[in-house]
Amino acid sequence: MAELAVSDADDRRVLALSGRLDAGTIRDLWQRATHAVREAAAKRIVVDARAVDYCDGAGIALLVDLLRQRPRGEVAIENLQPRFDALLRQFDPERLAQDLDPEPRRRSSIEEIGAIAAGIARDSREQIAFVGEATLALAQVVRHPSSVRWKDVWRICERVGADAVPIVALISFLVGVILAFQSAIPMKRFGAEIFVADLIGLAMLRELAPLMTAILLAGRSGAAFAAEIGTMKVNEEVNALTTMGLDPVRFLVTTRILAALLMTPLLTLLADLVSLLGGALTMQSFSIPFVTFRHEVESIVDFSDFMAGFVKSFVFAVVIAGVGCLRGLQTAAGASAVGDSATRAVVSGIILLVVVDGIFAVVYFFLDI
Amino acid sequence: MAQEAVIRVEGLSAGYGDVVLQKDLSFEVRRGEVFGILGGSGCGKSTLMKHMIGLYEPIAGHVFIDGDDIVTAQGATRHAILRKIGVMYQSGALFGSMTLLENVRLPLEEYTDLTTDEIDLIGRMKLELVGLDAFTGHLPAEISGGMQKRAAIARAMALDPMILFLDEPSAGLDPITSASLDALIRRLAENVGVTFVIVTHELASIFAIMDRVIMLDRRKQGIVAQGDLRKLRDESDDPWVKQFFHREPEAATA
Repeated sequence: MAELAVSDADDRRVLALSGRLDAGTIRDLWQRATHAVREAAAKRIVVDARAVDYCDGAGIALLVDLLRQRPRGEVAIENLQPRFDALLRQFDPERLAQDLDPEPRRRSSIEEIGAIAAGIARDSREQIAFVGEATLALAQVVRHPSSVRWKDVWRICERVGADAVPIVALISFLVGVILAFQSAIPMKRFGAEIFVADLIGLAMLRELAPLMTAILLAGRSGAAFAAEIGTMKVNEEVNALTTMGLDPVRFLVTTRILAALLMTPLLTLLADLVSLLGGALTMQSFSIPFVTFRHEVESIVDFSDFMAGFVKSFVFAVVIAGVGCLRGLQTAAGASAVGDSATRAVVSGIILLVVVDGIFAVVYFFLDI
Repeated sequence: MAQEAVIRVEGLSAGYGDVVLQKDLSFEVRRGEVFGILGGSGCGKSTLMKHMIGLYEPIAGHVFIDGDDIVTAQGATRHAILRKIGVMYQSGALFGSMTLLENVRLPLEEYTDLTTDEIDLIGRMKLELVGLDAFTGHLPAEISGGMQKRAAIARAMALDPMILFLDEPSAGLDPITSASLDALIRRLAENVGVTFVIVTHELASIFAIMDRVIMLDRRKQGIVAQGDLRKLRDESDDPWVKQFFHREPEAATA
């Protein structure tokens, strides 16, 4: 335990410290000691450390704090064992009193708005530059397919495609079931359950299957691309590629866009099939057999409907992989940077997907598809 | 110097999974000494340290810290052992979202009842000890690798632990900073009795601060030499030990 005794004699105040001074023992006496130094009427204060038998970093901090309570020279530490005194002498109490690394001044709201606007402009410029670079890199792929690191492409294909099969199948199946069930109940009142097949066929193939698959992939692979490339950026692996004279876009981005281009349409096909299966199964409970369901779908959904959805999946693939890679390459320094990039990849990826889907809807309307 | 053993390693096999790096290591670290774990790259020095701080379970063996076995300790006992040690990792391992001062403050806030101002003062003092008092408000990403390492040492010292484990403390530091760090380690060992276990292969630093060492060899998977540093350098017959201390290339004895 540590003890403190305060006594006043002649023109000086004496604080006698004793025992063990460490973080566990000084808690109670720290406040009392600083108070006794600050409030003393005497001009001279002596801290007598004769009976201190142990003093670690926290104890030294207490002594330093006592020294800096009064102007230099008014407080003296006496009789501290030389081994602890050597630790105390490492510090300059006055220097510790000043904040050598003050927090930067907060920006005014106008500066803040300006900074945000500049950020958006910079981000847009980077996006445009990235689209240009990625297009050039893809053109290079078409001209020289052998320049692509196909081994990497297959590896990424497995992660983007094969590994996503269970989740895509499950979600599509459930959406098929839910859509069928929710529409069958009101339609049954009009004896029109059979048209549920039309609804599911058109809605899933034209719209929902491609969009849902794309959103799932944006959450899964878009985030993974951003995190992967972001970590490489933080670890200076991207710098290493650059200094080896290898273009990071060709090395990291092209392979991922190619993998997404190959896998997204396949997963969309799977989503088409499984969601129809889910719908058909549900309609069994409304006494509509498989064959009838199939005939109804075939009668209403033609090849152009299927292609309307299928074509979209290629564009979605480029959006997901492109945004994921771009956010990864934009990763700043720090531990939270990779997380930020992954979040931004998912958020901006999904927004872009919906915007692109809207554009497709308008184009299809005018082309009468 | 007291001769009492503060760490006792008994029959420890270091490694992870199926990979065995070192077999049947037994040695003691005495209170208040600066103890070195030396050896070539990849011989398992850092892995051994991670077994000693209870981070990885060893393949076999025990590590007694101040009498308690950290390998088998659970709950409150394990917690009590961890309070006695401070660790600086090779990469610094500072929390990236916190400033340097916040990094050092964290253990003090969690483990002591001191007031905010008192913790603040201790934190600043620790950072001043490693020469970073002008960077207290910086984030780890805003300072250099060597500075991160020094901040990590300050954080490891925050609670004034009984034993400090330092993994490659002077790698990446300039000679002046490295020498100041060596002086700090000696001061803490001699004046407060802090025990240091240091993994390194910086020869200058080894001779400046260490009392006793063990030397590990990757091929022999064991301790090739242990004891007083200067004696080993001057008297050891082991060719590998000689090569190590005289900075000779591998081919010299091949």
